Amino acid sequence: MSAAYLTPEYIIERNKERCTNCQICVKQCSFGAHSFLKEEKIVVSDDAKCVNCHRCIVYCPKRALVIKKNPLEFRENANWTDKAIKEIYKQAETGGILLCGMGNDRPYPIYWDHILINASQVTNPSIDPLREPMELKTFLGRKPDKLKIQNGKLMEDLPPQLELEMPVMFSAMSFGSISYNACEALAMAATQLGIMYNTGEGGFHKNLRKYGKNTIVQVASGRFGVDIDYLLAGAAIEIKIGQGAKPGIGGHLPGEKVGPEVSATRMIPLGTDALSPAPHHDIYSIEDLRQLIYSLKEATDYQKPVLVKIAAVHNIAAICSGIARAGADIIVIDGFRGGTGAAPLRIRDNVGIPVEFALAAVDSRLRSEGIRNQISLVCGGSIRNSADIIKAIALGADAVYIGSSALIAMGCHMCQMCYTGKCNWGIATQNPDLAKRLNPKVASTKLVNLLTAWANEMKEMLGGMGINAIESLRGNRLMLRGIGLNDRELNILGIKAAGE
Amino acid sequence: MLTRKSEMLLHEGEIRIPSGCAISGIINKKGKSFSGEDIIKSISLMHERSNGLGGGFAAYGIYPEYKDLYAFHIFYDDFNAKNITEQFLNEFFHIKACDKLPTRKVPGIADAPIIWRYFAKPKEGKIMDLQLNEDDYVMWCVMKINSEIKGAFIISSGKNMGVFKAVGYPEDVAEFYMLDKYKGYCWTAHGRFPTNTPGWWGGAHPFNLLDWTIVHNGEISSYDTNRKYIEMFGYKCTLQTDTEAITYIFDLLVRRHGLPVDIVVSVIASPFWYQIERMDYRLRALMKAIRIVYGSLLVNGPFSIILGFKDGFVALNDRLKLRSLVAAKKGDFVYVASEESAIKIICSQPDTTWYPKGGEPVIAVLDNSDLIGQKAWLFKNIIDMSINKDIFDNDGIYGNIKVTGKIAVNGGISKDFNKEFNKDLDNDMPEDIELLAEVESL
Repeated sequence: MSAAYLTPEYIIERNKERCTNCQICVKQCSFGAHSFLKEEKIVVSDDAKCVNCHRCIVYCPKRALVIKKNPLEFRENANWTDKAIKEIYKQAETGGILLCGMGNDRPYPIYWDHILINASQVTNPSIDPLREPMELKTFLGRKPDKLKIQNGKLMEDLPPQLELEMPVMFSAMSFGSISYNACEALAMAATQLGIMYNTGEGGFHKNLRKYGKNTIVQVASGRFGVDIDYLLAGAAIEIKIGQGAKPGIGGHLPGEKVGPEVSATRMIPLGTDALSPAPHHDIYSIEDLRQLIYSLKEATDYQKPVLVKIAAVHNIAAICSGIARAGADIIVIDGFRGGTGAAPLRIRDNVGIPVEFALAAVDSRLRSEGIRNQISLVCGGSIRNSADIIKAIALGADAVYIGSSALIAMGCHMCQMCYTGKCNWGIATQNPDLAKRLNPKVASTKLVNLLTAWANEMKEMLGGMGINAIESLRGNRLMLRGIGLNDRELNILGIKAAGE
Repeated sequence: MLTRKSEMLLHEGEIRIPSGCAISGIINKKGKSFSGEDIIKSISLMHERSNGLGGGFAAYGIYPEYKDLYAFHIFYDDFNAKNITEQFLNEFFHIKACDKLPTRKVPGIADAPIIWRYFAKPKEGKIMDLQLNEDDYVMWCVMKINSEIKGAFIISSGKNMGVFKAVGYPEDVAEFYMLDKYKGYCWTAHGRFPTNTPGWWGGAHPFNLLDWTIVHNGEISSYDTNRKYIEMFGYKCTLQTDTEAITYIFDLLVRRHGLPVDIVVSVIASPFWYQIERMDYRLRALMKAIRIVYGSLLVNGPFSIILGFKDGFVALNDRLKLRSLVAAKKGDFVYVASEESAIKIICSQPDTTWYPKGGEPVIAVLDNSDLIGQKAWLFKNIIDMSINKDIFDNDGIYGNIKVTGKIAVNGGISKDFNKEFNKDLDNDMPEDIELLAEVESL
């Protein structure tokens, strides 16, 4: 990061009157921004190393630290911004692809924030969730067009379903990209909440298999950690084709993160790079996907729903129609603001489309083909709060995946340095000293708190709309109005403008 | 030039109009016909619940002389629409009889469309061409005319029944159509209080398709979810009304999916999950499957409806009972209405009067209806089943389960039943049911 022409992005201000030189900040910063000068017996800071993760500030007992954005500016230029210039310095220095962590941070429109939710007045009573039942229970999986019932008895078993107590799941984050403690916190919280945690392509650690009933195991292009026990250990199997943060490319877990536990869980040699190819090399077309879906179903005796996750790209509606027809039970659409442990910056910031559009387009397409009821639709890619979930479900989702929100609940401060493996909050790291900073029980409680709060908020919003079961909101786009959107955007979202 | 009010405003279908209402229904379970006077009295009493912007009636058993023919009541805006529609009808049906629907001049009723009535038999050859059954064929024709012929609207398309509706108070509508002159065994009625002024006759209730009619009080908040689901099965919601959507839901589930009426009621006003958790395991498995597969057809938000069909009617409230509904019985008659007074005015001393709970249907059908048998199956097949509740209710426990109780075998002979299962509870109950069936056959 100390490329020749680069200046520090942040400035660390240390209040000398407050600082007692206790060195806590020195111990807390994995990036080495603080150091202790033995001779002078004082703590000093190197602005250039600071990533603004707030760890030292939160842990400074004397509140002696403040981090500020460096006010230093280049000559004003609307075209050649600070960011554009600095990126060139970095590449000129290193000759490498720029890497980044977490989701797209560019100021693209956030369509959730251009959608407003309805409430009942006079003609239809709102429902008070404190006094009446309010149901969030959601089932994901393939549904038949109709039930056959004779003599009060079901004549055919339903295909396997995932039963969720609320329409939210933790999205795929692998052991490797995040720490064991973070994985355990997610799995514990999912179990307590009656929802699902997702292993990502990191294998399923043997100690976590007891949470199998609340786990989705992922099969991605590297097939890491996949064997028959793995497939049988979870409640469902997800085939990952793509990820919103980096559509069209694979993954790369550097060898230094592959310690004994990661190595055993991913079933790869110690210290080797884990390279996930860009495509699945047995899926070059939709009929190949069908074969993988049915191979997995055969292997698990048709007892596990199969999810197929793809990134939201331009032709998403047609692709999802194909996936539904290829036999997937649940389709996952990951929007371009979805998070990641590491992605090439140019890909993250420029490839893919907003999940709001992708979701609306897919739902509409599957309905016009008369197959929407047969499969479940899950969307992810920056769901930030309970209102985003309500809007997603009204646009047509059955449930949502959350990743970044869950990490933030566990302490992530969005410094976007996940790819360095130096996460000061013990989340995106395999360094044992850093990883132990995250207490799985404490983190799990925070996750449970977050989703309990969201569930209560969702119930309030549903009640306001005069709805007492989440399934009555699914695809109920009359409950939404757009604000500040043009006709074409409204049309794609399938909603009316505010006031209409 | 004089512009009619109805031409200036948007029709139902071009705009969504919520409304509140009064409803009433009467049936004679022996199938004996009686005149429309009682239902007129009943709905008129609830004058304050409507605002003169829509009233209507459905009557079953009124055309016994043409009982095997589809009776179409059609509104036309002009004679051009009538010509086009009649060409269409002649192409797809043999018209056995037709006339201008008899009406009286009534001060409260204005802006009447041209109203004709046809008794028609579908052309066999055409049915074959379209590869549909007779009812689906008629449904297809009705949807085609209503959505594609401008100025024509079929308000009634069942056999031996008819819908009569208009913009006005229900008592004026009855007067206009001379309903006191008709005799039927089952009647339903509606007075409308829309929150907008559509001024279009087609938007009044009852809504009809084939022999289904719905009168409805309420505004459903799940409308768009319900609509999108049934549209996948070929229905076109041209009116944007809740009533239309509910009618199609019944048509889809009862006629096309062949589900018993009590199951359909559990779709539309499903039990809550906490209630399902307390059911015996067999019913629980069934209800769970119903909610999983038909969750999008749960009708959410306040409603009370009376669904009429050739066998009788089903009256139903939303599961929270956010709209009023009263029922009463007297001899062979069953009454339902929004208010008790609307029953008392025509039946001062009923044998019983009750307020149905939310989601609890009043199913009043003719004594010779097939539905009577169907109803019995769901709730009476297994009697007195006492299950080791602790184990069943505690999800996530594996192992042996003891089930004891009695099983009613066909014909009502009951057997004691006592068996231990080793069962992975997460796979739920269907296997158990099979096992029970085996024991039954021993």
